[in-house]
Amino acid sequence: MAVAAIRTRRLRKVYRTSGGAGTERPGDIVALEGLDLDVAPGEFFGLLGPNGAGKTTTLGILTTRVRPSGGEASVAGADVIRDQVGVKRRIGVVPQRPNPDRGLTVLENLLYHAAYFGIARKPALERAGRLLESIGIGDRASAKVDQLSGGQQQRLMIARALIHEPHVLFLDEPTVGLDPQARLALWEILRNLHAEGRTIVMTTHYMEEADRLCQRLAIVDRGRLLALDTPANLKARAPGGTLIELTLDGDASPAAAVAVGLPGILRAEAQRDVLRAYAERGGEAVSALVKVAEQAGRAVVNIHLAPPSLETLFLALTGRKLD
Amino acid sequence: MGQLRVFAALLARDVRVARRELPFFLIRTAMQPILFVVVFGWVLPKMGFLQRGYGAALLPGILAISLALASVQAVALPMVVDFGWTREIEDRLLAPISIRLVALEKIVAGVLQGAIAAAFVLPIARLIMGPIDGLSLAHAGVILGVTLLGAAAFSGLGLLMGTGIKPEQVGMMFSVIVAPMIFFGCTYYPWQGLSVIPVMKYAVLVNPLVYVAEGMRAALTPTLPHMPLGYVLVALTALTLGFWVLGARTFEKRAIS
Repeated sequence: MAVAAIRTRRLRKVYRTSGGAGTERPGDIVALEGLDLDVAPGEFFGLLGPNGAGKTTTLGILTTRVRPSGGEASVAGADVIRDQVGVKRRIGVVPQRPNPDRGLTVLENLLYHAAYFGIARKPALERAGRLLESIGIGDRASAKVDQLSGGQQQRLMIARALIHEPHVLFLDEPTVGLDPQARLALWEILRNLHAEGRTIVMTTHYMEEADRLCQRLAIVDRGRLLALDTPANLKARAPGGTLIELTLDGDASPAAAVAVGLPGILRAEAQRDVLRAYAERGGEAVSALVKVAEQAGRAVVNIHLAPPSLETLFLALTGRKLD
Repeated sequence: MGQLRVFAALLARDVRVARRELPFFLIRTAMQPILFVVVFGWVLPKMGFLQRGYGAALLPGILAISLALASVQAVALPMVVDFGWTREIEDRLLAPISIRLVALEKIVAGVLQGAIAAAFVLPIARLIMGPIDGLSLAHAGVILGVTLLGAAAFSGLGLLMGTGIKPEQVGMMFSVIVAPMIFFGCTYYPWQGLSVIPVMKYAVLVNPLVYVAEGMRAALTPTLPHMPLGYVLVALTALTLGFWVLGARTFEKRAIS
């Protein structure tokens, strides 16, 4: 059996506000509280949760930049405490905020990084050229990094993280601060990398991103694992079933009051002219709802169906919205 | 072996960046010492305010300042900026090498820059000041030794200051630590001369710059009064080790949370 790409057991991290060692004190911040994760080689794995959930801390531990307070963690077989150099050799990291080496040009950023990993100049040049081409900045090789846009810098970070061909690629909220177009371009790059067989571990607090990209998702909040499954299975666990939204030509409250009693309708509510109902089975309830609205003297202007989403699951698991 | 190669690559990166910035680096580190040399080594003696022999006391001190400032700044300033906001050093912290060696590489880069600054300032200062009584370049080995050891001590100090000081305190660092260090560093006067103020003579011994300046005197003007070279070497070695150990510790603290 292949070595797990990621394995953590009872992983714990406490940030000391009191400073120094000794026993934990009330003011200390528990960022991770016993996290168990397994990621298989070749998997596209997501850590989803709101800010402060412990995602970045988890990534920090797995990339040797944060020292765990307890438990164990290994990356492609290398222990994050006992073999930090071994871990670093196996990983590529794309930070939340691009941090290119501003003393160097775009190409030099890749070449020196490759040199840190012992790659000779000739193969490094070849790889750098190929990578810059694939992320769409092949013509900016000799530019200073400051001349790149935010999206281009973020893609340069991906190229840098890949040039030494790591076992596992880590990305921390890679699309925060990018415009929609740059975000789509980045998704495309990540999908291609995954198709090439690379193991990718990504944190995000965007539901859509997690849903579209990841094969499996760990939902974390306040340092604990709340759920772990494929996006489809997680969504199936979302309560309330399919959301049906009817936009009416006036106040929706009377229709909502009736809709609550319909068979197969779990919940119904009105928000001004919008009738929002959660149905056990999506399509079947639509005609009944339209009838109810018409009986209440309203015409249906628009119908919108939303399948069970991670958003609704997260709401049910934590009682809070993601953002 | 593997770590050594990574170390060399890190150093190559710093050399690349330093080479690109060389003109600015030289202006930054040499401007103040050279201005000092012009006024105190040339103008004032010419006016007759200073004795002719003052140049011999001044030159080693000026070299010590250039060397020390270049080394401290080469390490401390990027460190403050990198850890403070740009996080640029992150890719080097993720290189397959222990964190302590990343810190050591920064020190080695600082030593190189300190040595370059000294090598740049020495001929210029000599040129401006004219012939200097007692100046001898015969002890090249001692000159090199004091230069490297002094630069090592001050690079270590740079690491300690750069990782221990917040970005908003950098201005304070120069006015509160560096400026007194220069003026009480036996740079503009020889240590033996302080015999007239005994309290000061022993108080300044806590200042690392004293040993670099006196070491330079022992190396460049060995016939003039100076602190015994043995004391200088012992003190600089001890300071270097102390700063390295403390600096590596604060570096690690900043690098890993």
